[in-house]
Amino acid sequence: MSNHVNESKTISLFIPCLVDQILPEIGFAMADVLRKLHYDVTYDARQTCCGQPAFNAGHRTEAMSVAKQFLATFSNADCIVSPSGSCSAMVRNYYPVLFAGDEKMMAQVHSVQERTFEFSEFISAENKVERIVGHADVSLSIHNSCHSMRELGIDEQIADILARIEGVKLFVPQVEHTCCGFGGLFSYKMPDIASAMAKSRLEAFTGADLDVLIVNDPGCIQHLRAEAPSAGFKGEILHLVEFLQKAMD
Amino acid sequence: MNTYAKFMREAKSMAGNEIHRAKIKKAITSYEIQVDGMKKQQFQDWNAAREVAAGIKNEVLANLPEMLQEFEEKLTSRGATVLWAENAEQARHYIEEIISRHNARKVVKSKSMTTEEIELNEYLESRGIENWESDLGELIVQLADEKPYHIVTPAMHKSKQEIARLFVEKLGIEYTENAEELTMAARAHLRRAFVTADIGITGANFIIAEEGAIVMTENEGNGRLGMACPKVHIAIAGIEKMLPRLADLSLFLPLLTTSGTGQQLTGYNSIVRGPKSAAEPDGPEEMIVILLDNGRSNIYAQDHFREVLRCIRCGACLNACPVFRSVGGHTYATTYQGPVGSIITPQLRGMAAWQHLAHACSLCGACTEVCPVGIDLHPLLLETRWQADKEHAASKKWQFAIKMWSKIIPSRKVIDTFRPLMKIFLPLAKPFLSANQKKRIPTMAKKSFAQMWENNESTR
Repeated sequence: MSNHVNESKTISLFIPCLVDQILPEIGFAMADVLRKLHYDVTYDARQTCCGQPAFNAGHRTEAMSVAKQFLATFSNADCIVSPSGSCSAMVRNYYPVLFAGDEKMMAQVHSVQERTFEFSEFISAENKVERIVGHADVSLSIHNSCHSMRELGIDEQIADILARIEGVKLFVPQVEHTCCGFGGLFSYKMPDIASAMAKSRLEAFTGADLDVLIVNDPGCIQHLRAEAPSAGFKGEILHLVEFLQKAMD
Repeated sequence: MNTYAKFMREAKSMAGNEIHRAKIKKAITSYEIQVDGMKKQQFQDWNAAREVAAGIKNEVLANLPEMLQEFEEKLTSRGATVLWAENAEQARHYIEEIISRHNARKVVKSKSMTTEEIELNEYLESRGIENWESDLGELIVQLADEKPYHIVTPAMHKSKQEIARLFVEKLGIEYTENAEELTMAARAHLRRAFVTADIGITGANFIIAEEGAIVMTENEGNGRLGMACPKVHIAIAGIEKMLPRLADLSLFLPLLTTSGTGQQLTGYNSIVRGPKSAAEPDGPEEMIVILLDNGRSNIYAQDHFREVLRCIRCGACLNACPVFRSVGGHTYATTYQGPVGSIITPQLRGMAAWQHLAHACSLCGACTEVCPVGIDLHPLLLETRWQADKEHAASKKWQFAIKMWSKIIPSRKVIDTFRPLMKIFLPLAKPFLSANQKKRIPTMAKKSFAQMWENNESTR
């Protein structure tokens, strides 16, 4: 599903709870990059979380109260852009599941859903990829998050954006994409499985001697950073927007 | 030890087992290459084929009671018997009754997950009935005194060397790592079973309503021998194995083998329409089909879960699943492993004891992507978690944690109040956690994004 985008709009930052509390630099990097692409950026601090942690754990009653707060915050937003494929997918694909049967809420869901995007898909849908200009002499590879890839259908967008940065050498691993093992509360409930999954995932990159692994979801980033030392991955693990922020300076 | 504690213990041990990980990686990588190649070779449009298959299976689900009746009528008209087993106990009882009626001492079995589901091997053993597994993979796990590791490839976890050592010990052969020699050793061992067995027990990959036939697909021909040589043939099939028409096999046989093993078709495909007829010189004199419910109508009755009955047991979701690859099939401790097993097991065997399987999933969606009948597997795992919550079968600890979280998180004010406490609490929790838990306890940022934005600060 690709959402339709109107011209000249203000962007409301959709800052995932993980970014808000643990990795705020990702939020600021995204705001910076968007401004460099000539967007007006606003932020409403009433937003806290989309409710995905509770929803994914099966606790839908609790998820609903959090999601209602999210919907209220963004009811008048022009365009809602987030640095997370997973949180965007929650709003786009799973709010309709969460609020199924509640007509009043569903009207709100549909309205917010249409205006919610993950960063790389937004830039691509807006045809702003060409406007990215930057430089970085690095070898890098991409870990596209599962939710970005399978829930939102984001595929080539990230590589297309990175291709705009001069000096980038992109490494494409031979093995197919697999999950890094984050999975939200999954990695806390089943930490040993999550670690084994991270190890398997990082194996695809360890041989390539990369400077940077680009990731487009804060959850994967937090998880992969924690697992990289034991998996023997030596490169830096950066969010796409963090990398762009530096490269576009 | 309860099922959850056992799962966690096994998962920990398997996740850290590098030898296992390497073996499974090797097996699944070669599988993936085969499957991807076959999808392209055999289907012009794989996704369209999946949609058609899902449509046919939905037709089955919309008319299942009628189709089962039609199946019974057609098959019995040719002299076979159809028995309806509500649960595992009843199915075993039927089989025991047939065995004692024929004074049978020896049974030869083909690969069948349904017989695993009703724990037939253990049952026959306890009754002193000699029972031979005829599928090579099943034979290997039987000789090793294990359960199948995977619904399609029961001995996926065994290396050639391990199989060789097992055959030396159990079949008394000379040690060899030559796959062909090992297969021939198994074949010599099994041929005797076919000619001397009193009863052949098989599963069925499909049952056909319109034709009143059972269909079996396999690579070794042993299943065919097992249902042709003995005087009595018992087939046991889950009621969801139904297809409306014989012609549907033209899609479902290649769909199953492409997804299951990356083959165009399996080496042997048998369609059986009854016992030996008067005009036929050989074949079993008696054929009994046991239709097994064992909780399937419980799934059928729930609109949300019904689509999981489309499953054709190809095993593709197991192979795609990064959790399965990490912990292996035995860790699930169920007949049906992996994503589909984690959905149906809580339904078939009880939510409280098995809901943890639905949480052994990172929701990556790889299973949904590969399912040949388009089952929304990861959304159904989410539904399972929700059902566990509603039935108060979810983990109390996590339920409480989420409840607390949901009181704090919707309000910026409350978050700001709790933030300093979290900063103190998180590091303090570390000494109580395992190494793999500890390393992912996050370090809270000095200030939240919201606080910095309000003060016009930045992280740069």
